[in-house]
Amino acid sequence: MDADIVCVGFGPASGGFLTTLSRGILNPDGSPAIESPTAPGLPLQVLCYERADDLGFGVSGVVTRARGLRESFPDLDSEQIPMAAAVKDEKILYLLDPVGASRRPALMKAADVAIRALGGLLGVKDDAMELPWTPDFLEKHGGLVLSMGQFNQWVSQQVMGSGAAQIWPGSPVGEAIVEDGGVAGVRLVDQGVTKDGKPADGFMPGMEVRAALTVVADGPVGPIGQQLDKAFGMPDGHHTHDWALGMKFVVDLPETCDLEPGTVLHTLGYPEPEIFGFFYVHPNRVASMGIFVPSWFDNPARTAYRYLQHWMLHPAIWRHIKGGRLRSWGAKTLQESGRRGEPRLSGKGFARIGEGSGSTNVLTNSGVDEAWTTGVLLAEGVLELLKNKQPFTAENLDAAYVRRRRESWVDKEGIIAERARDGFQRGIIPGMIGMMAAGLTKGLVAMPGKPMPPHRRVPSLEEYYRGRIPAAEIQSIVKESNAKGISASAALMERAGWPAIPFDGEILVSHQDALLIGGKVQAPAGYSDHVEFLYPSDCESCGSKICIEMCSGQAIYPGERGRPAFDREKCIHCGACLWNCAKASPADYERGLIEFHAGAGGLHSAEN
Amino acid sequence: MPEYQIVVCGSVVPDPLQTLEPVSGPTGPALKNEMMLPAWLDPWAGHALYEAANLAAKNPGSKVWLVALGPKAKLQQAMMTLAQKVPFELVALDGSSSGFTDAAETAAALAEAIQAIPGIDRSRLLVFGGWESASRGAGATMQIVGEILGITDQFQGVDGIEADGSLKILERIEGGRHQVSVCEAPPALLGWATGNLPEPRNNPQVGMANMRTIMPALQKAKPAKVAAEGVNFLSVSLPKQARDTKIVKDLSPDQIATEIADWITNK
Repeated sequence: MDADIVCVGFGPASGGFLTTLSRGILNPDGSPAIESPTAPGLPLQVLCYERADDLGFGVSGVVTRARGLRESFPDLDSEQIPMAAAVKDEKILYLLDPVGASRRPALMKAADVAIRALGGLLGVKDDAMELPWTPDFLEKHGGLVLSMGQFNQWVSQQVMGSGAAQIWPGSPVGEAIVEDGGVAGVRLVDQGVTKDGKPADGFMPGMEVRAALTVVADGPVGPIGQQLDKAFGMPDGHHTHDWALGMKFVVDLPETCDLEPGTVLHTLGYPEPEIFGFFYVHPNRVASMGIFVPSWFDNPARTAYRYLQHWMLHPAIWRHIKGGRLRSWGAKTLQESGRRGEPRLSGKGFARIGEGSGSTNVLTNSGVDEAWTTGVLLAEGVLELLKNKQPFTAENLDAAYVRRRRESWVDKEGIIAERARDGFQRGIIPGMIGMMAAGLTKGLVAMPGKPMPPHRRVPSLEEYYRGRIPAAEIQSIVKESNAKGISASAALMERAGWPAIPFDGEILVSHQDALLIGGKVQAPAGYSDHVEFLYPSDCESCGSKICIEMCSGQAIYPGERGRPAFDREKCIHCGACLWNCAKASPADYERGLIEFHAGAGGLHSAEN
Repeated sequence: MPEYQIVVCGSVVPDPLQTLEPVSGPTGPALKNEMMLPAWLDPWAGHALYEAANLAAKNPGSKVWLVALGPKAKLQQAMMTLAQKVPFELVALDGSSSGFTDAAETAAALAEAIQAIPGIDRSRLLVFGGWESASRGAGATMQIVGEILGITDQFQGVDGIEADGSLKILERIEGGRHQVSVCEAPPALLGWATGNLPEPRNNPQVGMANMRTIMPALQKAKPAKVAAEGVNFLSVSLPKQARDTKIVKDLSPDQIATEIADWITNK
């Protein structure tokens, strides 16, 4: 099948791209302003294929300055978008450890003692201290609190309503067609296959969709982006060593909660110093809340779900949500290398936009606005080329798109942010100091640190729990968990002093209930497994099996002989397993032992 | 070979996996955050549509229309998934698809839309739909559509059709059995149960072809008045439910049956 432009993935970047493109390829009366080369007489044929079962599934709630969004929609009224609210109040809370299980550095422990001692003077309440000010680089005043699911649905309605582009959900792209040093389109995944990809009932081979331009916007762990990184290599000095997993709840707040829509809380300090939290209040007494677990948090049993529950139970958070109810749940990977994770932005027949193109600003903690803007910039360049009847060569895309990107605020602010997080490689305190320094000096000063791929950082369980749990007992806990076919993280955390979670069936629910009630996770039949263990014997000998411990959906579990096994029906496609591996691939030192392919299904909630 | 004109009535319902909560709105009962809930083609209507496409494929020259009454934005959203499944032409009506509409008003709007399809020929007409609905479970809508259209050959709970001029129809009856009926010729109305076909695979080419008619149909969708004016809902509640979650993959059917029976007994 032929098209003119094919887009991989529908998120904020493709939203910006298709919104801008659709306004340029049709006249106000709906007639084609630019005729399709592949279907003469018709408008440009623009197709977008989204992996998830519907548009807006599986993405996350955000607070954003919304500069790029407002440039695209100057008359934007937040009331048009469900769950959107103008940012009204923004606070940063430092959370003390109310249970005594958090693994804090000595300096932080000393500071905690001092904060508690001066509690009244510092305004400490509910084991939390509000920081006196929010640095400018973190502020989102004038911005929006959004549910990305609802925002993406809203954008898709505008785009498809224009008739200028078709956005197809439930259509994972299996691979890019790489030929003649460029990209000539995409091939969708096979349908009607067994879990290992062999033809079965109703086999339908993945269709080739050839296009003059392939726009890759499949996010930080998207298989097409990964494929192009391998095919064309990363630019010199660039890497994707820094990652994080964001996990969230969307909750109905209790009647007693008095937080107003647009309230934004950022937290640091708890449940572990390396874990940051967020709390965004939407209209109608609904909130998105959750935590970020970074790849430099050197805990081989770093289960985000369990930590999220402890964060929710912190008195400063719990007082707002006690009596609330879970509405939705989800998780996603964030590419935290920022501009240093920028791949080759364009080449013959392809361009990359969004988070997977290194647009996230790791200093301002902002990604959606930047991703959207990269899509807008590409669309402006594409329209210029189309109007001038210039082909999508590497040179032309470089001049039309990459040049725009280099001149944009996204790039300029990305450069300021480049070294901002390096200090975290050395610990939480150097990291915080480095980030503040970079923010206050516009990137001139930063704490040095060498980002390393996660597999070079992850210690063994014995190393992590040294002094807390004897090595023999760790082995015993792991063995017992393996026999049950479950991860060991919960047992290890409880042994290390974390209290049991008092499940209430409403907001404190088991991990599996979060999948079912919150994420409504689904896996349509007829698709192959998208998580592949490339070297199972190496996995068997892996001591930490962090892929099992951190899997957001408990979809990776101990299988035969302790080898990790995969259950597609529980996978939410967060992609943490791609980067969260304790061993380097024998074939590529930059990568782990797991391949993350394109797959259907996952979250079925449009509220995340 | 007969060339059928198959009109499928089917609308959108909230994704059944979502948390549904009835609330009282200014115009009567509604679902909380209904416009935010993902929408899907009603599963009963889905069976009807896939059976219609299968029948049309076996009888070249036949054509399938989908007459869908729902909020335009939600119809558009659902069509992007549905359009990849089977070939059809959309006739869209803009109105409520909630469970709080009146079956007679809905049927009247659907019948009017069917009659307005250009070139519709009663001697070739088969009207399909779900015999039930995941949201409008009155079980009456399709029958009323048939009555308004003057179609007297009606079959409900249909699980199969063979067509070679006459129609051999498999209809569910009591006792878990089927009744086989033979209808001499169209017009006929079939309210489908589950049928026997799997959900078709997503086919991008089918999607592209369908989209040529879907967007224009959505743009000219007429408003349909199905607000059940004058109907007074005394109370609305969800069915009581008890839920225990257990994920086990290695139990035999006997063990599963025993566990379920024990669970029901203990409840």
